[in-house]
Amino acid sequence: MYTVKKYVFAETLEQAYELKQKSRNNIIIGGNLWLKMGQRNIQNAIDLSLLGLDHIEEDEEGFRIGCMVTLRDLEVHENLNRTFDCVFKEAVRHIVGVQFRNCATVGGSIFPRFGFSDVLTAFLSCDSYVDLFQGGRIPLKEFVEMPVDQDILTHIYIKKDSRKICYQSFRMTETDFPTLTCAVIKHGERYMSVVGARPKAAVLVDHITLSDPQDAKEREVFAEKTASFLEFGSNMRGSADYRKELTRIFIKRGLEELTGDETC
Amino acid sequence: MLIEMIVNEEKVQADIKPDMMLLDFLRSINLKSLKRGCDTGNCGLCTVWLDEKPVLSCSVPAVRAKNHKVTTLEGVQKEAEEFSRYLAEEGADQCGYCSPGLIMNVLALKKEIKNPTENQIKEYLAGNLCRCTGYQAQYRALMKYFGIEEEQC
Repeated sequence: MYTVKKYVFAETLEQAYELKQKSRNNIIIGGNLWLKMGQRNIQNAIDLSLLGLDHIEEDEEGFRIGCMVTLRDLEVHENLNRTFDCVFKEAVRHIVGVQFRNCATVGGSIFPRFGFSDVLTAFLSCDSYVDLFQGGRIPLKEFVEMPVDQDILTHIYIKKDSRKICYQSFRMTETDFPTLTCAVIKHGERYMSVVGARPKAAVLVDHITLSDPQDAKEREVFAEKTASFLEFGSNMRGSADYRKELTRIFIKRGLEELTGDETC
Repeated sequence: MLIEMIVNEEKVQADIKPDMMLLDFLRSINLKSLKRGCDTGNCGLCTVWLDEKPVLSCSVPAVRAKNHKVTTLEGVQKEAEEFSRYLAEEGADQCGYCSPGLIMNVLALKKEIKNPTENQIKEYLAGNLCRCTGYQAQYRALMKYFGIEEEQC
């Protein structure tokens, strides 16, 4: 159980940032689901919910998603899901229940770069950028590699680029953490994959080429190469070998869907 | 921290500890319908509505409800009664501990999706666990409540 000495509703992002710099025990409160499960003595719990960061804004170029947007908001946003082949709906609908998803926030899911995150996998499968209060806008694939620091993630920006995405995940039981998450992406003539819950943080693999997408053998080679390139670990939900095999199968299936001009 | 919120249509003022959860606060003002189950955000027993949306009160800091509207089962007695009759008729209650959370989520579902399909019902209620019934009696009650014909085996 955690303890909180002082609860602060931030009035500005500047105030929240300054307070956060003062101590590692000054913490931004997102959905408070994972945070609450830990043992922690928090000096200042910083709440961003009064800063208008709970909106999904759309313009011609893309979507700007505030860090306090809930996973349920992502799930039911029609334009967002229409634009990205329902990837967000598919990614979050297995996460516990509606009540949980009404609490969990996008910022709280992305900033810690959890190794079990469906949400991170889904965002990485799009051309996504994080807006950091101090660090500015950086590509999500770079952000995933960075160590967790004292900055504040304010928004995620996703560019519209008419890509096709097939999202799949595997769980030992419904509503549990995923054993593996996988998104296969077709962007123009290029194919990419994102694999998460390895159980390490999701990673984008975009350097493997698929020369003939209509050739089943070629698709298998692409899946095999991607699975072999990635590093997997073992935990109570599956061994590294099991995850590698799941990856190979999911990528193969994803490619079949995408080359058949269907989405999952 | 001194805050104000609307609980079941009534204004409530309270001095709340910064690490108190909404579940503990609501029970402390004698709203005993909501139950503590897993206390990890998984079982749905503590479901209440925050601004009409179902949330897990075991994980929402009570302070965050400042100036918001909170609804518990005590605040929707009339709507709850109708569904409860279906639960009773189908024998869907055993210990009854999960019922308040389930009812709150079923009523939220009804507000959000007027005519849900069987799959939508199952998906919406996936976060409401029950350790007694095996869910079949609850599903029968839900099918009847939403006017969905059950598939014959």
